[in-house]
Amino acid sequence: MSNSLRNVIRQAEQVILGKPHQIRLALACLLARGHLLIEDLPGVGKTTLAHGLARSLGLQFQRIQFTSDMLPADILGVSVYQRDSGEFKFHAGPIFAQMVLADEINRATPKTQSALLEAMEEQQVTIEGVTRPLPTPFFVIATQNPTYHIGTFSLPESQLDRFLMRIQLGYPDAQAERGLLSGVERREIISGLAPQMEAAELLALQQQVKQVFVSPALLDYVQAILRHTRESARFVHGLSPRAGLSLIAAARAWALLDERNAVMPEDVQAVLPGVASHRLQGVQDVQASDGDKLARALIEAVPIP
Amino acid sequence: MRLFAKKIPPQVNDVRLIYGLLACILLVSAPHVAHLPPWVSLLCATLLGWRAYLSYRSATLPPRWLLLIVTLGSIGGILVGFHTFFGRDVGVSLLILLAALKLLELRTRRDAFVAIYLACFIVITNFLYSQSIVTALFMLVTLLAIVTTWLQLQPGAPALRPRLRIAVMLLLQAIPLMLVLFVLFPRVPGPLWGLPQDAYGRSGLDDKMSPGSLSQLSLSDAVAFRVTFNGAAPPHTQMYWRGPVLQEFDGRTWTQGWTTRAKQPQLDNLDKPVDYTVTLEPHNKTWLFALEMPTRLSIPAMLGNDFQFQQRTAVTSRLRYTAHSQLGYRANAEEEPRELQRALRLPPGRNPRTRQLAAEWRASLHDDEAVLQAALKYFNREEFFYTLRPPLLGAHSVDDFLFDSRKGFCEHYASSFVFLMRAAGIPARVVTGYQGGEYNRLGNYYIVRQSDAHAWAEVWLRERGWVRIDPTATIAPLRVQNGLAAAILNSGLADSTVLPFMARTQWSWLLGLRANLDLMTNQWNQWVLGYDTERQFAFLTHMGMEFVTWQNMAIGIMEWIALLVGLYALHMLRRVYVRDTDAAQRLYLKFCRKLARAGIVRAAHEGAQDFAARAARIKPQSAPGIADITARYVALRYGGQTGKDALAALRRAIATFKL
Repeated sequence: MSNSLRNVIRQAEQVILGKPHQIRLALACLLARGHLLIEDLPGVGKTTLAHGLARSLGLQFQRIQFTSDMLPADILGVSVYQRDSGEFKFHAGPIFAQMVLADEINRATPKTQSALLEAMEEQQVTIEGVTRPLPTPFFVIATQNPTYHIGTFSLPESQLDRFLMRIQLGYPDAQAERGLLSGVERREIISGLAPQMEAAELLALQQQVKQVFVSPALLDYVQAILRHTRESARFVHGLSPRAGLSLIAAARAWALLDERNAVMPEDVQAVLPGVASHRLQGVQDVQASDGDKLARALIEAVPIP
Repeated sequence: MRLFAKKIPPQVNDVRLIYGLLACILLVSAPHVAHLPPWVSLLCATLLGWRAYLSYRSATLPPRWLLLIVTLGSIGGILVGFHTFFGRDVGVSLLILLAALKLLELRTRRDAFVAIYLACFIVITNFLYSQSIVTALFMLVTLLAIVTTWLQLQPGAPALRPRLRIAVMLLLQAIPLMLVLFVLFPRVPGPLWGLPQDAYGRSGLDDKMSPGSLSQLSLSDAVAFRVTFNGAAPPHTQMYWRGPVLQEFDGRTWTQGWTTRAKQPQLDNLDKPVDYTVTLEPHNKTWLFALEMPTRLSIPAMLGNDFQFQQRTAVTSRLRYTAHSQLGYRANAEEEPRELQRALRLPPGRNPRTRQLAAEWRASLHDDEAVLQAALKYFNREEFFYTLRPPLLGAHSVDDFLFDSRKGFCEHYASSFVFLMRAAGIPARVVTGYQGGEYNRLGNYYIVRQSDAHAWAEVWLRERGWVRIDPTATIAPLRVQNGLAAAILNSGLADSTVLPFMARTQWSWLLGLRANLDLMTNQWNQWVLGYDTERQFAFLTHMGMEFVTWQNMAIGIMEWIALLVGLYALHMLRRVYVRDTDAAQRLYLKFCRKLARAGIVRAAHEGAQDFAARAARIKPQSAPGIADITARYVALRYGGQTGKDALAALRRAIATFKL
């Protein structure tokens, strides 16, 4: 692993204390060219994590705070009439950034959510008939409050599927919380972070992820997992082929972070809760937070071939 | 606020599910209304209605204590009503009440499953009461409803129509299994569905005859038995199906009296042999019907001196036998004196006018034959009416009938004729049974119904033995030629409406429909319900299986089930356990077995590296070996490494590995 990548991780761990696994997952998600959804209670560090990662990776950063009265133009941008030139001039919205933090995405109406999600899917936006490409690399880190919170429009499955991973941060443990409470304010740390990487290097890393070797035996394992979700009575419906692709992409990135050039079943197991938890729904429950538990049960239910 | 409906797993408070379950319990309990106490049906309906209302209003379920009270009340009611907890009706009453109550405490998915299984069980109880085609079809529909509702409990259940389609498919798929089980499931002797104490209180001929008893029976459309002739059937007028022979008369009622079995009856001058197969409906009596005069039956039965076949036990399930009869015969030409004495006995002090008439004939005519002819002539000459609604008769019933009312049914004619003969000193007796039969062209068999019940006379003449005389035939010849309906319709008396509807209908399509339905019923009886021990063994022997008993068939079925379950389990296990198609994998599994012997067992989902790390923690001294083997294995299996050398190195490393 490159030194710069290691430094990114180190810096992120300074900002978010006691969550190394989640930081690695978030990074793996970005390396796999996926978008990340962080779902948790307000105040556990979702925004801090996104901001810290953006700083460390040296990416242009924009934050969009979603509210229920937001319109698509507030994200994408709008053309404004110029009195002196007599022309319309496009004012780019906050979406035109390399890393976009979509904060509390589920507080916006579905219409506004769709605007963002289309941009994520297409890597470009079409406004008033003009298609404008988004910068590369382009990441969206969206955060959402748990769906049972008041004033939320939960994302439909089809849009949840656009996110490569969904992770949860959870409360810090006692030691980490102690460090957090006694230490410097997070915002100061973030503003003091030095970029460890350039965009070009990140794009190169993304190319490298694609080169990580996947053996037939590993594909067998992934297929066994997919088949199990489709055949087992535990799940309302199985994982889609897109979920399978996401799983392999994320596992490749995870292997790269582990400084290996081949994917192992352990890599799949490490990313599976992140990749699958928002796409699986148990038969017995409706609480979304149980997706994580389901994914863990899924790992234990499928033998490695 | 949720704008996008999430696909939620089936909830038991889904109204459609509740209505489905209600429909299932309702369908499955509906046929029981006919034979359960009204209060049980009423309570059941009330409970179901209550549940439907709660669903409709989205109200909460009643509290447990209330349900407990209702449950205890129902059980108490059953105990009070039936005085027992055993038996068919009690069991069924309990089942349907508890099923209805179960719906009132439907809280979890499991409760819904219990309700479904209860409904399935109640389906079976319906066959304890009736095994007809209609019941079977109705239960099939019910089963379809149950399966459709059951599918609703599955995750991601589709809408009603696709679910119905799936249910139909499931039932269709079950047909091969059903056929195999039907053919091979061991049958024990006796009725398949009967319970020992079941009262087969079906109507049928009684062992006594009084005025009105046969005419009452003639109103029933029920099938008494069906007959298939081997070869040509005898003419309608010759079809006298012999039943109980009645000897004793008390002035009103004819009864059987004793039957001699010590002496075998004698038949000679035999003519016109007939062979046929009878399928007798259960009638809860011991006698078996056969054409006059029967000589042989295919099943064990006792033949009395009066040519009457009787079984040792009552016929409580459908019975099939072949019989041989002679239409031309001379019966007991040398009758025992004791028997003849008995055939002359009359109740003292009754019917003086009849006795006087007989005495006149006796005095004026020189032999028995002439007296007989005079009596028949009397019936023919005087104005007698054949009717299903004869007027009531007084203490001198024969006198009243012969001289005053002259309106009667076959029992009146037979009874008074025999009385006349006895009074004139000619041995005579009443024979009851059935006369004629309805031909089913489609199935080439005859249906004999209760409405064909008949009574005739038998007189003993020197040299000629017992001779059948049917006085009814002289009054209403149509009765023996075309059957009861024709005779009644022809009698001119306006009582034809008392006949069974089907017997008086003029609509040929309706009669054709009835013939078709009866053919179906007959096939059903013969091949589905009649597939008994005997037929099963015959079939299996035909298929090349010998020495089958139901015991070793049961064992055989168990073996087959065990084998099939075992094969299926193997199939499932193959999918669960690793496929060791790969050489590296095989070697690695060997390594895992080595570790397992040392107590370090790899979980099926445990990756090689995780396992190596865990093993190394447990056995730190072997850590380098474990790490080496794991690295080689991982490189071969996941790292894309190939080549015999690498494999050989892994093999060596594993072979020399020691903990």
